[in-house]
Amino acid sequence: MIQTEIAVLRFGLGARTGDLAAAGGDPRAWLMAQIEGAVPLAGNTPLAPSDRIFAELLAARDALEELKRESAAQRAPTDATAAAAFNPVRDAYLPHYRAQVLARAQSAALTTRPFAERLVHFWTNHFAVSADKGAVFGIAGTLENEAIRPHVGGRFVDLLTAVEQHPAMIAFLDNQYSVGKDSVLALVAARRGAGAAEGKPKREFGINENLAREILELHTLGVNGGYTQTDVTNFAQIITGWSIGGGKGRLAGGTSGQFYFRDNLHEPGPKKFLGKTYYESGRRQGEAVLADLAVHPATAHFIATKLVRHFVADDPPPAAVERVARAFLKSGGDLPRVYAALVEAPEAWDADVRKFKTPEDFVFSTLRALGFSPQKPEEMVRTFELLGQRQYTPGSPAGWPDTSKSWDGSDALLRRVLWASRVAGRYEQALDPADLAVSCLGAYARPETVAALRRASSASQGVALLLMSPEFQRR
Amino acid sequence: MHPSPMRTTRRRFLLGTAALAAGAALPEVLFAHTGGSARLVVVILRGALDGLAAVPPYADPAYAGLHRELAISAPGVADGALALDGTFGLHPSLTFFHERYLAGEVVVFNAVASPYRDRSHFDGQNVLENGLAKPIGSADGWLNRALAALSRSAGQTGERAVAISQNVPLILRGDAPVISKSPQTSPDVDEELLSRLADLYSKDDWFSARLSEAVQTGKLTEAGGSPAELPAMNPTTPGVPPATTPGTDRVSGAARMAATLMRSVGGPEVAVIEAGGWDTHANQGGAKGALAQRLTGLDKALRTLADELGPLWPQTAVLVVTEFGRTAAMNGTRGTDHGTGGCAFLAGGAVRGGRVIADWPGLSRAALLDNRDLRPTLDLRSLFKAVLDEHMRVDAKTLATRIFPDSRGARPLQGLIRV
Repeated sequence: MIQTEIAVLRFGLGARTGDLAAAGGDPRAWLMAQIEGAVPLAGNTPLAPSDRIFAELLAARDALEELKRESAAQRAPTDATAAAAFNPVRDAYLPHYRAQVLARAQSAALTTRPFAERLVHFWTNHFAVSADKGAVFGIAGTLENEAIRPHVGGRFVDLLTAVEQHPAMIAFLDNQYSVGKDSVLALVAARRGAGAAEGKPKREFGINENLAREILELHTLGVNGGYTQTDVTNFAQIITGWSIGGGKGRLAGGTSGQFYFRDNLHEPGPKKFLGKTYYESGRRQGEAVLADLAVHPATAHFIATKLVRHFVADDPPPAAVERVARAFLKSGGDLPRVYAALVEAPEAWDADVRKFKTPEDFVFSTLRALGFSPQKPEEMVRTFELLGQRQYTPGSPAGWPDTSKSWDGSDALLRRVLWASRVAGRYEQALDPADLAVSCLGAYARPETVAALRRASSASQGVALLLMSPEFQRR
Repeated sequence: MHPSPMRTTRRRFLLGTAALAAGAALPEVLFAHTGGSARLVVVILRGALDGLAAVPPYADPAYAGLHRELAISAPGVADGALALDGTFGLHPSLTFFHERYLAGEVVVFNAVASPYRDRSHFDGQNVLENGLAKPIGSADGWLNRALAALSRSAGQTGERAVAISQNVPLILRGDAPVISKSPQTSPDVDEELLSRLADLYSKDDWFSARLSEAVQTGKLTEAGGSPAELPAMNPTTPGVPPATTPGTDRVSGAARMAATLMRSVGGPEVAVIEAGGWDTHANQGGAKGALAQRLTGLDKALRTLADELGPLWPQTAVLVVTEFGRTAAMNGTRGTDHGTGGCAFLAGGAVRGGRVIADWPGLSRAALLDNRDLRPTLDLRSLFKAVLDEHMRVDAKTLATRIFPDSRGARPLQGLIRV
């Protein structure tokens, strides 16, 4: 019954003891039962919401500036080492980042809806923000928990809107200070500038097209989705004012750390985008564009391609893409219908097409196989550093690559061996690796692997061999 | 199943077996090649470096007005550019580039671009690395195709190139075998486990090839320099992303590893290094600031390559490229958005440098591409072809057909390499 293994290992996050039995009766029904509604975190790590973290960040920045002013006033000799050691912004963010990484790993280890949890990870990577940007460091994980988990089993338009209005996304793609040139703020500044003293450079305002471009290229239509540079620029005008509350001076207003539409930054008037004129005013203009993008055929095709690449094969079979895209269009982006089409695609059940696990896949499936829920945040953070997929830091807004070639370097493999042997070192005599192979791989465990595990010189060596076996490294 | 007093002995015995098992799937000597003495390092700057900041065209009358507070002043004033040729300068962070330029070892390019004309990072990087005119259409990279051609004509099979990363970037993917090695760790793995894994992988070519490479590269690193010379495993506080500490040391760490490997006996001829963080949409800074810090890191990496390659430097060329340039005008958030024409560098003891190569189109409104970008006047493939032809000795026909198909318009530049 290889279909059970496919449901649990490929669609899910790997087997905990008992998962294969639970899915065994009807693997498709086991998957379908997971996909409706919100997907809350499993596990017990308390997390702060993004607005509170953001407020802490602002306070830390103020403290830093205060300190700089003080040391400048005292003309104290600068001690570079001491200055580097004291970093209130980093210190404010670090515990939140670690807690988010731990909570994510616990949830993956414990969840009874592993297919839905994998879909959460899929969307987090689709709507990637990267914690290696200073302002995003402490709130990167909140995008997943606050914008994605509530909408993963709902409509795409709601997911899309929640993501693009989340402070982590706004900050990551620099939209908070993107200003229309005819906005109230720009006009007031120009009037003041005209009366100001000669020779003082006047501050000019303008747009930043980063968020607009990546919404089109990476979140909805895809790079070949038929938009032009003019569409990018106009869309950037449309979403001027999409910002974060809690600034100072002319940027005061809103609730600190929450999405805030700054009317005074918004470029007024109707605007043309993809051949249509949008007459809505203010915040609703951008929301109207998102609503159209969310049901656009190019979006359906782009999302379907990525889903099939993730769940079926690096080179997505066109028939499966077509099936999923059709479900997307027909349902107007009703995500459970889209996931159902994926589960119904015969290509997804081909026993031979196997994806090489990403480091995330490898770690999460290991936690599940060993029935281990991590409790030490530093340990999880270091694990992902070692394996080359530092959590929430894909670096680019395109997210982590989703093909084997991007993960299969020889150096990367050696790091997996190192980590597997460290983890396995904890299992000196407690379990029988050959039994474990059967409970976590089912029919995928090859007889020669089971034989090798029986010959292992210690239980821990056997566990390391199991984790590094070709069948455990693929899904 | 229990550790026994025999363990040490058995481990020592199996250590020998591990080398045997791993070696079985390998060509006899890794990196053994009888090719030329030329060494090539390619540095890929991911995220699109602002060429108008790195190589400021301070003499262009439109420059300061467009780039505004991000513009670099003319040489001679405080924080001004480092003088090159009367029109262009170097960003003041690039002091080592400038020193080597004056020594005749650096060619500076401006107004260059790959054939790609849209503004997606990911497609732009894809074209930069696949060597074609379009983003999709090749699963392998131009540098790998060149290495495969060199190996074919010499009848060799070993690895000639290393990617300084955990995984191999597109530019080095393809038929020619390539290893990857990343600077943060030098994992110390139990040899007995490796030996047993080699056994377990014996029926799976994909896994056994990678394990052999990993084991061999580990040995090479040890032979090439004492482990103490290699950057230690990331010593920072866990969870502090690199950007909160300046990323300047990471690139030179990679450069050091590349140089160490290249200097080892039978080491690779070619290395690829990647550096991120160039996507300066907001608060880019001018002579100082975010971009200046990144450029300082790049400068340090070139210095590290020169220092650490030592006797190999005279036969080395270092190619520094990025996927495209950035907008001529500053945007609304004191940064720049995605553009087209940008800059590139060719540095090294083998380079006939001390020159700027730029067919400058100007930054006047009429001259800009789509009213916003520096118009490119040189196809980067002309530069790539020149390096592969003059430096690596890949024959012209192979270059024009297999390595850069559909590149007829991009004729190789001449005279970039000392002969």
